Amino acid sequence: MSGRILIKGGRIIDPSQSLDTLSDLYIANGEVVAIGAAPGDFNADMVIDAAGSWVTPGLVDLCAYLREPGYEHKASIASESLAAVKGGFTTLCCPPATSPVNDTAAVTNLIYDQALTAGKAKILPIGALTKGLAGEQLSEMHALREAGCVGVSNLRYPFRDNQVMKRCLEYACSQDITVFVCPEDYALAKDGCVHEGATSGLLGLSGIPAIAETMAVAQWLILAEETEARIHLGQLSCAKSVELVADAKRRGLKVTCDVALANLIYTDAVIKDFNPAFHVRPPLRREEDRKALLNGVNDGVIDAICSHHQPHESAAKLAPFAETRSGMSVIELVLPQIIALTTSGELRLDAAMRALTSGPAQVLELSMGSLQVGSAADVTLVDPTTKWLVTESDLVSKGKNCPWLDTEVVGLAFKTIVEGRVVYDRSLMME
Amino acid sequence: MPSIDDELSPLQLNRFQQLRHFLTIEGLSRKHLTDILDTADTFIEVGSRSIKKVPLLRGKTVANLFFEASTRTRTTFELAAKRLSADVLNINITTSATSKGESLSDMLRNLEAMAVDMFVVRHAQSGAPHFIAKSVTPRVSVINAGDGRHAHPTQAMLDMLTIRQHKHKFEGLKVAIVGDILHSRVARSQIQALNLLGAEEVRVIAPDTLLPPYIDQFGVKVFSSMKEGMRDVDVVIMLRLQKERMEGALLPSEQEFFRLYGLSQDKLVLAKPDAIVMHPGPINRGVEIESAVADGPQSVILNQVTNGIAVRMAVMSMAMSGQIAELTADEEVA
Repeated sequence: MSGRILIKGGRIIDPSQSLDTLSDLYIANGEVVAIGAAPGDFNADMVIDAAGSWVTPGLVDLCAYLREPGYEHKASIASESLAAVKGGFTTLCCPPATSPVNDTAAVTNLIYDQALTAGKAKILPIGALTKGLAGEQLSEMHALREAGCVGVSNLRYPFRDNQVMKRCLEYACSQDITVFVCPEDYALAKDGCVHEGATSGLLGLSGIPAIAETMAVAQWLILAEETEARIHLGQLSCAKSVELVADAKRRGLKVTCDVALANLIYTDAVIKDFNPAFHVRPPLRREEDRKALLNGVNDGVIDAICSHHQPHESAAKLAPFAETRSGMSVIELVLPQIIALTTSGELRLDAAMRALTSGPAQVLELSMGSLQVGSAADVTLVDPTTKWLVTESDLVSKGKNCPWLDTEVVGLAFKTIVEGRVVYDRSLMME
Repeated sequence: MPSIDDELSPLQLNRFQQLRHFLTIEGLSRKHLTDILDTADTFIEVGSRSIKKVPLLRGKTVANLFFEASTRTRTTFELAAKRLSADVLNINITTSATSKGESLSDMLRNLEAMAVDMFVVRHAQSGAPHFIAKSVTPRVSVINAGDGRHAHPTQAMLDMLTIRQHKHKFEGLKVAIVGDILHSRVARSQIQALNLLGAEEVRVIAPDTLLPPYIDQFGVKVFSSMKEGMRDVDVVIMLRLQKERMEGALLPSEQEFFRLYGLSQDKLVLAKPDAIVMHPGPINRGVEIESAVADGPQSVILNQVTNGIAVRMAVMSMAMSGQIAELTADEEVA
């Protein structure tokens, strides 16, 4: 129900207005109407006691795989949008790796319809950059944008040649649509499943060298400069990539980037027992890469932290490491992991919250991720101190391929509000 | 940074630190390796008896699960199991039949249901025996018969046994491993075993295209020249170069490889005069080693083959003992 809500006495953390203060937040008609003093005519239908809690803009995720349509044995829009709001996310972008591929307005419309039926988080599809993600023919980008795609991407699928890549950017630029790039040189990455380094050498697993990413980043930046297209580099994993983006930003290129949560937490050293939970792509890299990514978030070169949520059915991880599917189901655990990184001092809280709210909103060029008066009332209420044990039954995502099962974490979202409507209330889930 | 438990060592040892599975050299102690060698020594004479059997695995069933073709390794495991009086199942499985984890898991469950006590696993994927060891019940032991590029621990141990027979100790030895290190599961296990047993220096000799990344962190000295790398070594271990590896811009030709890295008499003279020459087989004569050296007085290649049976008997009997000890302790607790 959308009504007038008073969120009382919380610590309001809103990087979009450099706000970190104890105050009251007022919501009416799906919008934030005041912070601090109540508007004259405000009578709350609901009062939420937020003492001891954080009140943040709803989290925005630039990359969460929802698996629908086509892979409902892994997950569905309904299951994952519930998992998202449980994790504190109010907006998700879903990649076009569906079946059929999201390269037509019909698929985009289907995703929007399912999201509306689910009625939880806002779901913003990313369309395919090329038809069928085959890397050969341009998709109907204008139609995709008209249908509501917030960008286009070819994910990690290869292009026929550099000419196709260049034309993709030229056409996307002419249609004023952002190209979401997952930078990876196809030949250099080949059949790799882990970072090419000491761990891959020791375990005899095929490696993906850092240059598979950095060469691709450099190539995309050169193409973006040439074509003046707007590109977003998704899930960077290497220190050198951060350097290249920082330099491109200094030179005024229209480039943004994000990092996946897992790459901020782990290095390839965790793979030494062949645990397929850590099979992710881009792979977990060296400690110096992880540090550079954390620094990139802290200094703002990295615009966003994404969950890179990839739910799988249990059989997908029941095989020798290289034969397992890559990806982690993590959207419910982003907040506690970020809290752990801020508690350890590796991430600054303001920088982390920016990367989860206003940062991704700016990438999307949408007015969200903010609690400014007049903004849509997408709000996450965070209990930063409660300890809880992550169990399979507690995860509402259909994918249980979560690396933190049976571990204790600190912090959780206890209420999530989308456009003034409480879409998740932990106290109700606990009953 | 969150840490995870290192499951590697505990996975192959029981609560009494005895061998439970044998998956890799990594995580074992020098004593574990010495115990394997000492036990293998006691089995060598079994092969010369008129009745070549001991009853250590009588009533037990060993399944050889070979997801990748191998005649020599499978045969020596089969012989080892039979000499221990076990019943042996040989199951050759094409990789296509188990390309999905589910079918591999299902197959393991079926074999467990048939009360198989030990799986000997050869698989093209690194880590497959680890996956199987984590999946099986406490009534099954898993022996790694070679996984991907990762490990071939019984081959490494038979090599260690051969070196010990000829050199009597590991301290002070300089050992050169030559050739396709990149694709060699044998080399990785040999390097770990040699370092653990106290070899003075382990060298690898290969062009950069045939070396794993960060090989210098494995406890080896890296040489790209045979002339430098072979100098004064006590042991030369040549590796097999698969001809398909010649493609993919790894090497220009077999001829150039042999000229630079093949073991010929003129290169062998750089080693110590009493140096021994080893090869895990099968040999590509004229590609990685010339016939005169392979069949020459310094070659111990056939000793390696003989020792393979004794080492595999040792490992199988020790893992079964470890399994039984753990099960007995569990029953006492229950």
